[in-house]
Amino acid sequence: MRKSWWKILAVILLVYTFTAGFLIKVPNVGNLKETIRNLFFHVPMWFSQLILLGISLVYSIRYLRNPNLKYDIYAEAFAKTGILMGVLGLVTGSIWATYTWGEPWSNDPKQIAVVIALLIYFAYLVLRNAVPDIDKRAKVSAVYNIFAYFIYVPLIMILPRLVESLHPGGKGVEGNPGLNGADLDATMRVVFWPAVIGWALLGTWISTLSIRIYLIRDKNLINAE
Amino acid sequence: MLKTIFALLKKDLLLELRQQHSFYGILLYVASTIFLVKLSLDSPAADVWNALFWIIQLFVCVNAIAKSFLQEGRGRMLYFYSIAGAKEFIIAKLIYNIILMLLMSLLSLALFFLLLKNPLANPLQFIGIVCLGSISLSLVFTLLAAIAAKAQQNAALMAILGFPLIVPQLLLVIRLSKVAFGEIFRDGALLQLTLLIIGFDIMVIILSVILFPFLWKD
Repeated sequence: MRKSWWKILAVILLVYTFTAGFLIKVPNVGNLKETIRNLFFHVPMWFSQLILLGISLVYSIRYLRNPNLKYDIYAEAFAKTGILMGVLGLVTGSIWATYTWGEPWSNDPKQIAVVIALLIYFAYLVLRNAVPDIDKRAKVSAVYNIFAYFIYVPLIMILPRLVESLHPGGKGVEGNPGLNGADLDATMRVVFWPAVIGWALLGTWISTLSIRIYLIRDKNLINAE
Repeated sequence: MLKTIFALLKKDLLLELRQQHSFYGILLYVASTIFLVKLSLDSPAADVWNALFWIIQLFVCVNAIAKSFLQEGRGRMLYFYSIAGAKEFIIAKLIYNIILMLLMSLLSLALFFLLLKNPLANPLQFIGIVCLGSISLSLVFTLLAAIAAKAQQNAALMAILGFPLIVPQLLLVIRLSKVAFGEIFRDGALLQLTLLIIGFDIMVIILSVILFPFLWKD
């Protein structure tokens, strides 16, 4: 119980997101209408992706400071879940865009940025597969992961602010590139922030499960050290 | 430290001068690509010209910089390890790649002027932007070349790793280049873009110097 409280919390928060998210009264904003409820699913994906990739970065740094194969496994698992969240964010975003902007892909700078981000992390997986030696793979991919993260963050934080965008928070608009925090309606905020925490916890849960599988798979390698 | 960097840089430049086949190889690559562009589009419009120029720079960069680490064999790396530190080594490589890439970019710009029509409103400004852009390209690809060499892979892996990573800077540079074609920018935007690219470059240099020592040791 002591160790699994956050898993229970994740379930509760997500059940709350799915029930309250579909039932509460939402403000009627422009052409968004009822699709505004996607805010509880689409935007938290990006929050959790950033959090998971951040955790992956921390483990890559820890690996370089102290070369323990366990950290490499952690970094890989969190990066993979981060990619999963990114793909889900892109899909939920495309569905949303179909109903609000008229088409799933409209060459919006943020759509382009996230596809580039996914390519960067797919390249991370390609690099991992390209190196057969385990220790070398861990070291090289940790270096690439750190380098990639520091290019990825400016890509999604700075560039979208410079150009016009269909998303909120583009050029000349207040707020961060993801959403405009200040005009998030009070009733929506009550669901939105728990949703962010819930999805991030779910992502962490998925990662810990794959870490356990990898640790069993590589048990001999890790114990041999 | 400075002496070591200078010595390593001198060694790379001397190698380049004595093995000119690789330099001319890349030059031929540039020339034939641009000639191909000329044959397929006789006088491309300004934005096509701009995009083609930068994409060719990207491919030239991969080809020119890939060999900077791949040419160093295992034994030679061991020798460098015994006479120099990792930081000196990467700084020397960064400077050498900047010089190589600046040369390549300016030569390909000259070929662009020669073979294709010149749609630039302000060529001098564009030369400045080309220098800035080629420095950015060479910095990013230097660390990636080191990663690819460490992974014992060829230039193809470097391209896979590098293309998504270079996109932010490449987009910024292409955006900035439009000023040389006579596009009017809003007040301060020009300076903002330039500073952003320089900021990116500084970040890449810092990351390379911090991260390379980990790739260096086996």
